[in-house]
This record gives sequence, C-alpha cells and structure tokens, in this order.
Amino acid sequence: MKKIALLFIALVSFLACDNDDETATPVVESVVSISFTQSFDGSPITANEFNAISYTNENGEQLSISRLRYLMSDIVLTDANGTEAVIGDYSLVDVGENSGVLLEAPMTFEPGEYTLSMRFGFSDADNTNAAYPDLNAASWGVPAPLGGGYHYMQMEGMYINSEDVNTNYQYHTIRAAENPGEAPTLTDTSIAINLGTLTIEGSVTIIEVNMNIEEWYKNPIVWDLNELYTMLMPNYEAQIMMNQNGQNVFNLGLVNSAIDN
Amino acid sequence: MNKIILTSLILLLLASCGKDNDDALGYIPTPAEIATPLLFQQLIPEAVIPEDNPQTEEGIALGKRLFYDKRLSLDNSISCASCHRPQEGFSDSRTVSIGVDGAPGTRNSMPLVNLAFNYFGNFNWDGSAATLEEQHETPITSPIEMHSTFADITAMVEADANYPLQFEQAFNVTNVTKTEVTKALAQFVRTMVSGDSKFDRHLLGEATLTPQEQNGLDVFLDETRGDCFHCHGSPTNPLWTDNIFHNNGLDTTFDDRGRGDFTGDPNQFGQFKSPSLRNLAYTAPYMHDGRFATLEEVVNHYSEGLVYSDTIDPLMKAVDVGGVALSETDKADLVAFLLSLSDPSFINNPAFLPSNNP
Repeated sequence: MKKIALLFIALVSFLACDNDDETATPVVESVVSISFTQSFDGSPITANEFNAISYTNENGEQLSISRLRYLMSDIVLTDANGTEAVIGDYSLVDVGENSGVLLEAPMTFEPGEYTLSMRFGFSDADNTNAAYPDLNAASWGVPAPLGGGYHYMQMEGMYINSEDVNTNYQYHTIRAAENPGEAPTLTDTSIAINLGTLTIEGSVTIIEVNMNIEEWYKNPIVWDLNELYTMLMPNYEAQIMMNQNGQNVFNLGLVNSAIDN
Repeated sequence: MNKIILTSLILLLLASCGKDNDDALGYIPTPAEIATPLLFQQLIPEAVIPEDNPQTEEGIALGKRLFYDKRLSLDNSISCASCHRPQEGFSDSRTVSIGVDGAPGTRNSMPLVNLAFNYFGNFNWDGSAATLEEQHETPITSPIEMHSTFADITAMVEADANYPLQFEQAFNVTNVTKTEVTKALAQFVRTMVSGDSKFDRHLLGEATLTPQEQNGLDVFLDETRGDCFHCHGSPTNPLWTDNIFHNNGLDTTFDDRGRGDFTGDPNQFGQFKSPSLRNLAYTAPYMHDGRFATLEEVVNHYSEGLVYSDTIDPLMKAVDVGGVALSETDKADLVAFLLSLSDPSFINNPAFLPSNNP
C-alpha cells in the first residue's frame, strides 16, 4: 500500500512539474527508420513471393528467388549543414527471415532536408576478416582463400536453363578476388550509394530503400544465367560485372511521415 | 530540479520498501557462467541465456541428475542419456532411437552440443521447439520416446529423498512443475560446450594440420569443390553450422517432410536443420534419419548422390549430374578435415558425465 501511495504522489508531482516547461518552444523531432524492400521490375518481393519461378530477367530466363540476404553499411543521414548522423554501421537484411528489414536510427532528427547514403557490402576498410561476431554466427564470412571478409549478398533460387531444366543458381557478391589461394589480389567491389535528398518531418519518418532485383541482370551487362549461375565467388570477372550491374540497383522509395496535429 | 529531487526521494523510498519481501526469498542459488572457449569469445556472440532461467550451480546440478534419471520415462527404463549418449557425442549410434515400449523413433538423435550458442532458436531437426526449455517437453511425453507425463514426474520428484531440496535450492519452489523440470534440464544442456578439437587448437597456434587435413579444409572452403561452408560455417564460425534449414537433395519425395511438417509451408518440405560438424567422429550415423553410416557415404552423397526435388536448396550444385564429383583424394581429405573437428575432451568431460551423488 505504501508503494502505491508513493507512486501516486510521484505521478501527481511529475504532472505538476510539467508546467515548468510551458514557455519552451516545442520541437518535434522525428524517429527515423530505414525500411529495406525489394522488387523485381516493380513487383514487391518478400518471403511470400519466394520459390515461385515467376520472374523473367532481361536475357529471358525465368527464375525464382529462394533466399535473399544482403549487407548494407555506413548508413548515414546528412543535414543541410553537412552534419552526418550514422544510423547504422551495418545491417544484414534477410528477406526470408524478415530480419534486418527495418533499421531504426539510434537518434532523433529535427525536421528538414537530408541526404541519405549507404554502401552495399563493406568497404575494404571495414571488410575485416572475422571482425563481426553476429555476422560470423550467421555464416556470412568469405573463406580466407577468397580474401576473407564478408559476403555482400547471397541471392539464390532456381532458373530454367536453355535445356529446359530447373537449375539452381547462386548469385553471390563478394569483394572480387583474383587468383584465389594464399595471396589473392583483391578489388573492392562494394558500392557507394547516394540516394538523394529527402524530407524528415513529423514524429515518425520511415524511409524506404528499394532493391530492384532486375537491375542485377540488366544494366549495363545483360546477364546470361546459362553462363553465370554458379560458383561465382571465385570468378573475378563475374564479381566485377556484378559491381557494374549493382550501380543502379538501389533507389529511394517512399518517405512516409506521421504528422502530428 | 524539482523533478530530480522528487525522483531521488522516491527511488530511496522504493529501495527501502523492497526489504519488506526479503524474508520470502529463501535460498539464493549460486550464479554460474557458461565455460566459453577462447575462440568462441573471439568470434561469436555470447551464449543465449534466458532472463527467466539464469544459469546457477544448483540448477545445473539438478538438470544433470534429471538428464541421467531413468525415472523420467514411463517404465523407468530410459533417461535422456539413453538416446543422447556421452560417448556418442551425446547422440545415438542407432539409426533411430528406441522408445520405452520398443517403438522406433523417426529420426536420428541430434547431438547435444553448443546449443547455448543457437541464436536463432528453432531447436530440433525441424525447428519445432522455440527454446531449449521447450525442446525438453516432447521427448519426455512422446509415446515413441519416454512416454511419461509431467504429473508422474513431479510426483516422483516429490517422493524422492533429495529432489525436493534440490528444486527448492535451484528455483525456490516447493511445488515442482513442468517449468522447473525443463528449466533445470535446459541449464545442464547449455553447459555442454565443445570447443577443444584439433582444429580449434590449430587456429590457436597449438596444433598443426596434416597435409591431408589442410587439403580437406581447402575442399571445404572451395565453392567449386566442396562448398560446405555456406551451410556449415568456416573457421570464423566455430559452431560449424548456420542453424537454419535446408533440403540437401536426399530424396525426390518425402516420407518425412521435416521443417515443412512443422510450419505447414510446402516450400519447406524436406528441409532439416544443418547439424554442427563438431564431433562427427562420435556421432554416426548421419543425416536426420541416420541413413549414412559413415562420413565417406555423406561425402559421396554431396559428390554424386544429389537428387532433385521442388524444394531442393539452391546451394546444392550440379544436381542434374548428382553433385560436384569430387576426386577420391579430395573426398578422403575432406573426411580427414571433418574428423579434426572432433573434441575428445567433450565426451570425457566429468561435468557432463553421470555422477554418483544424487
């Protein structure tokens, strides 16, 4: 009983104290989240769309998606004055498990114009072998003969090959490694992404970042899955081509704000 | 300032009020830590310990006693250890385990190892248990396993000379329920950590791989040969499993639909959890149904025995020709490497073996 009485008194006191702040100008700061979504030429893709061979790439191959995991790093919002706020050092998006798809910023933001940038994969400076315990446990690492570090993306599924046979593909992107083995030559194939300017307002802002999967097969290189469907990690040229096709994969989607009345 | 003073006063008063209940706390069990190998500390997140079931010395000791107590079964004939045998890597060398009535099970007993480091939950071959506590319910009550009831077990516990005090000290209860039984078992199983194989010592600079083992590791990590690492981890993942579910091309149709039977999702038919590759020297036979008696058979399966089904995992390569066709040398070397992940100190650790004291 003593506790209840005390808590009641405390509540009343807090409510009374609120009057102290009435003269301050209210600033509504926004809780900001990044929502990672995926689509294939406009059709949204979630785990619900997995496994069905219902997409056709630029080269005409029909394919499904059964697993899609990718890593985004250095996720930064920059205000008009050039001040950067790091929303996340990295986030592993696992579409099948619906994990990592919504990244909430650890800080709030004043209303205004911001630019959003991030990186697909890790830059060389961050792509340190075995450095991230959660990624190690997720078996996200790249073997040492391929230079170590971490995958950028694992996109897998089935496609119908030129002989009309359902065939597994593994479109895995990593830091390109030439001459795998004891001393491979490495090329940073992560992709810096500038998603442009957006407006933050209201108490909550959700910023959509969309991966258009079709781009991986399309631009500038028309990808032939019959030739490049498997064992792509040690294929240096394939990794370079993936990097080229990845340049326009990510786009700024909807920016939704909750405006308080 | 007013707020700060008020808050401080309230906190002080609340803290002093807390003493009203001290008399009801009773025995306070001794906190215990998971013995985490150095490589685990360096490479992966900490063990997962539920907030409502912290590790304690009393809880672990109680769980160990329960683990080896045949009175947990209907006719007092088998214990947990009957199908999770220490010398068999806490697995079962029989293709499937045999329940109290002589009824065969449907799957090979999963090894109990490093389960405290399963960050994703989903225990069992099909992921049907969300937590390790929950995992212990089915084997105890299943008609083809121990076929007991928790009512019988709690009655047995209450009639025992020592269990009541052990439960009281571990959980501060006098009325034992399923919750405390499964919590104690889970605490004990969480202590079962294996991280001292030859390969672990190699990574720590304390052992050298043979040329055969080294080539086996190369095969394991080579996407054009073994490509084992995508499902079973690599030297940076000392669990040697991804703890997720795959259809690894065993069958064209499924008598046991695995993960799909639990979730009801046809896309998951034929999927089973990747087991850890630790302690394979002790855990034969292999696969969810124990169909392969030797590691050589396992390697042959991935090399030339894969068969297509609609849900086959996309990581399975060259399925139309049965697999990646490893050379005989690579096969043998891969097996040599896999055996270097076995940890004799684990199966001989007195902390995990039955003790004479109740």
